[in-house]
Amino acid sequence: MLIRKTLQLGTLIGAIFATGYLLADDHEGGGNRSLPIVSNQKWQAECASCHMLYHPGLLPERSWRKLMGGLDKHFGENASLDKATQQEILQFLATNSADHSGSRRSAKIASSIPAKSVPIRVTETAYFQGKHDEISPATWKSQKIGSQSNCIACHSGAEKGNFSEDNVRIPR
Amino acid sequence: MSKAFWLILLMLSTNAHAASPAETLQNYTAQAKQENPTFGTSSSSKGDVFFHATRQHSNGDKVSCATCHTDNPKQNGKTRANKEILPMATSANAQRFTDLAKTEKWFRRNCQDVLERTCTAQEKSDFIAYLLSIK
Repeated sequence: MLIRKTLQLGTLIGAIFATGYLLADDHEGGGNRSLPIVSNQKWQAECASCHMLYHPGLLPERSWRKLMGGLDKHFGENASLDKATQQEILQFLATNSADHSGSRRSAKIASSIPAKSVPIRVTETAYFQGKHDEISPATWKSQKIGSQSNCIACHSGAEKGNFSEDNVRIPR
Repeated sequence: MSKAFWLILLMLSTNAHAASPAETLQNYTAQAKQENPTFGTSSSSKGDVFFHATRQHSNGDKVSCATCHTDNPKQNGKTRANKEILPMATSANAQRFTDLAKTEKWFRRNCQDVLERTCTAQEKSDFIAYLLSIK
């Protein structure tokens, strides 16, 4: 009786660990899924004064070019910059963009976007949608999340480029 | 006097944008006089009205400065993307209006977003006078 119970418990614990391992696909290959640590003072100061800091590795270069070319109408707001600051930030974003960053997650984002498409929202990419297909509309709209653009609500390391599934905490 | 003290003093004096809030106000008051020779002095009560005035944006929204900065300029505000905005009143935020380029950048953006036009120097000077007057 005791042996049977111990075996059942062991199987249960084993199953839990195996499930966790399989769900956390960040383990595969043990590779560098985290986007590389990047830094630029103007990027941090200007881009994060109104919203969270989006990592350059989340969109390909052509997307950043389009986005930085339309800052006077930036998702309905005027976020225009002086020419020198705009150029410096664009250069930084392009250099570290999804098609140049070298991280596997960036490469997957970039390859999920059709060649002729130039999305300026990370949430439009097939990669993002595939990774979040289990999240219900009610969860997105919950007070602590609010919208799909609020990465840091669940990914506390988002601004540093860490989107590891192990660190996801969906606020309730 | 230590070397560090003089070094800091030198750094402060060579920072082109550094200004006191009162100097920033003076800058806009001088511009307002250039724009309109009959302009007398900045008015904190006009700035108060300007800050709280709500208008209908062409996109259908009702907007005012207070939409993001809240009705009380001593409180933190919030951007539409949910990021905290430090208080506008200088009594609650000593950094406010100490950088001319930054002040001008935000007038350029926010006047477009709220009023769908540029602001006059008179409006800017009244606006700053109001935010400096809050105790």
